[in-house]
Amino acid sequence: MNGASTKDPIKMNAAIPDGPIQEKWDKHRFDLKLINPANKRKYEILVVGTGLAGASAAAALSELGYKVKVFCIQDSPRRAHSIAAQGGINAAKNYPNDSDSVWRLFYDTVKGGDYRAREANVYRLAQVSNAIIDHCVALGVPFAREYGGTLSNRSFGGAQVSRTFYARGQTGQQLLLGAYSAMMRQVAAGGVEVFARREMVELVVIDGRARGVVCRNLVTGKLESYAGHAVLLCTGGYGNVFYLSTNAINSNASAIWRCHKKGALFANPCYTQIHPTCIPVSGDYQSKLTLMSESLRNDGRIWVPKKKLDGRKPSEIPEGERDYFLERKYPSFGNLVPRDVASRNAKQVADDGRGVGSTGFAVYLDFADSLKRLGVDVIRERYGNLFEMYEHITSEDPYQSPMRIYPAAHYTMGGLWVDYNLMTSIPGLFALGEANFSDHGANRLGASALMQGLADGYFIAPYTLGGYLGTARLDKVDTIHPAFAEVEGAVRERLQKLLSIKGKRTPSEFHRELGKLLWDNCGMGRNEAGLMKCLAAIPQMRERYWKEVMVPGTNEEFNQALERADRVADYLELSELLVRDALHRKESCGGHFREESQTEEGEAKRDDANFSYVGAWEFAGAGRDPVLHKEPLAFEYVKPSQRSYK
Amino acid sequence: MNLTLKVWRQKDGASRGALETYAARDISPDASFLEMIDIVNEELIREGKDPIAFDNDCREGICGTCSLVVNGRAHGPQRNHTVCTLHMRHFKDGDVIVVEPWRSRAFPVIKDCVVDRAALDRLTAAGGYISVPTGSAVDANAILVPRDSAEKAMDAAACIGCGACVAACPNASVSLFLAAKISQLALLPQGQPERERRVKAMTALMKAEGFGNCSWERECEATCPKDIKIANISRMNREFLLAALSSAEH
Repeated sequence: MNGASTKDPIKMNAAIPDGPIQEKWDKHRFDLKLINPANKRKYEILVVGTGLAGASAAAALSELGYKVKVFCIQDSPRRAHSIAAQGGINAAKNYPNDSDSVWRLFYDTVKGGDYRAREANVYRLAQVSNAIIDHCVALGVPFAREYGGTLSNRSFGGAQVSRTFYARGQTGQQLLLGAYSAMMRQVAAGGVEVFARREMVELVVIDGRARGVVCRNLVTGKLESYAGHAVLLCTGGYGNVFYLSTNAINSNASAIWRCHKKGALFANPCYTQIHPTCIPVSGDYQSKLTLMSESLRNDGRIWVPKKKLDGRKPSEIPEGERDYFLERKYPSFGNLVPRDVASRNAKQVADDGRGVGSTGFAVYLDFADSLKRLGVDVIRERYGNLFEMYEHITSEDPYQSPMRIYPAAHYTMGGLWVDYNLMTSIPGLFALGEANFSDHGANRLGASALMQGLADGYFIAPYTLGGYLGTARLDKVDTIHPAFAEVEGAVRERLQKLLSIKGKRTPSEFHRELGKLLWDNCGMGRNEAGLMKCLAAIPQMRERYWKEVMVPGTNEEFNQALERADRVADYLELSELLVRDALHRKESCGGHFREESQTEEGEAKRDDANFSYVGAWEFAGAGRDPVLHKEPLAFEYVKPSQRSYK
Repeated sequence: MNLTLKVWRQKDGASRGALETYAARDISPDASFLEMIDIVNEELIREGKDPIAFDNDCREGICGTCSLVVNGRAHGPQRNHTVCTLHMRHFKDGDVIVVEPWRSRAFPVIKDCVVDRAALDRLTAAGGYISVPTGSAVDANAILVPRDSAEKAMDAAACIGCGACVAACPNASVSLFLAAKISQLALLPQGQPERERRVKAMTALMKAEGFGNCSWERECEATCPKDIKIANISRMNREFLLAALSSAEH
């Protein structure tokens, strides 16, 4: 069946502790081996990526006494793409007294993830959420405040309590700068060494354990080997496989993909999140899509004309001829339905010919009512920077006429499979933040990515890594070990091959072609015919790539075209796994909408009897079909039900 | 629209650079400035030529990576914007546009328009933080921060660390960047214990890194894409003076 076969979960032990869910993490922390403080400095930890997960992990590990080396592709660790997160970070503080709790945050996250996440992981995430806020405040993160000096909260996409903390529309920036500053303090203290403009190009596995990385120095092109006792991948998601996404241009999937090819299982690649509120595509030259924080949905109303192909300006369409489709279909959540639901509905009205703007692939997000109710000043205070950003990009003033928005690829819930300790199926290789699959199931709630990145980095990996180091017998390894030379050789060969093709097409042309194919057939809606089409087209595209791509210059220099070419080659492989996963999962759940599996009202219909599991794929070698492993999901505390936001 | 670009090309740090001329054809006014360069680069790549190297990442004005001097102005003609959020509708058909890297001794050129800004990280490591180990924080609402202080701290914290302030300053002073961080932390109760140490350590490193002194040219404020005010430099100077007086007392 589609080349996918199943076999026993040999390498998959989720290692979830026993006991009641409330006690699992405490018990586990007690059970984990401790490393003597004096011995910690003998351990070298390699952290790849410096977003929220990487920077916080590097800081926390160094504070504990480990020797940490940090690698990032940017010129400074402060620029990782976490910086672009706008809306906020969730925590179960219940400061607004609106009946929030660890339990409710846990419940909402499991439900929001459409019952495809591990309960124990999610509970732990909710448990540590409060400590994150405490720590970030202590680090000087300037969260929004009330006049009395306490922290402000707001409600955020899909939540009925106000549990989101924020720093204007720049929460990700401020949290990242907090983590970066904590890490730079450790640089000064000598516990962290930063290697900027380094791209991890390969993992080094010795005796079945992750023992090092090979990086390409992006300034000189030189391949550099680094040995360590463990490797933490904090390299983000694979949203850029769609070419157009809200990710940064250089965000890429190469680190996780190459680790996958070295033996790390890749879980749920088909769980991709399409963010409902982005500025629509305007032309072929477009290099990325800009997200508008979904906090806008708190006060903006989404609508399209009732009439198909209505060419009128929004101001000329009377109230009675507008369809506020989210409010109509989901009276209790209205414009605040979860991201997947909002996105899908926008696609439906656009496909129905009722989209707006020059392309017809947009819907209105209208602030007229809120401006009337709250006044310009309040709206400006809440969303001023977003309104300016919109006006700047589109040259239209959202105070005067409604914004046009459309969904765009934004986040990937899938990622490397990890156990409860955040360790992948390669011992010693951990994956944190968006790079892993662990907490969001099939759909991530707004303001939960920042929470997860910092939970993994500040409060989970520092404990679980100690547990691994304390029990694993790790021989001394340095970069003289032949495995490093071997890996370097393979990387060099691959890069030389890319450079030697000298075809006629640029890496971006292929990337754009792949992105369009995926967006059309494996984006917001997926069906068997479209997925089969992708499965036929991608290997052909890959073959053409390795015959027709043009990469100028040499490896031994600063060469951005080569960087890109190397990453696109990986997208041409990863995309196939994404499609394969989407094809095998013949149910709809969260961000994965199989058109064959929907309710009569057109909502996602899960198939718990057959698909209540984590689909983790094993790389079986080039040219061979990947092998599917299943980790069954048990729901003891949150009983799966059809998600309803009516 | 059709444009002529004069772009700084420099093979590497050791080589000499020069402006070279390129044609940018059929550019949509809705394209961003960087997308315009993408189009030129795609053409160069197709011809097997070396594309123009320039730093960029988020393309939405928040990561601080992009760093081009456009027609003599860091980040180009539009106030309070990075060059990645500058759109071609701000130019006219037939314009000649000069594109160069940041110019400062502290930011050596790596290639073409790419410079090395690691000095800014080293300045941060000198004291741009609050020393609080993970796990030791008190409850977040146990620290009350007056709203005005929080807002002012946020104004300063909005710095994206792009270094345009340095590129715009005739002295290549890094004062605005430093002052933004020092202000943010001085305005918050959490930043008080290390206040004096911080300002002394960070300013001491400034000169060693090759940055010049502030002589109130105010070019930094005019250039800053995040509208960071030079009032922060005044605050930094005040912090510095207080720290100096306080250590003289001891």
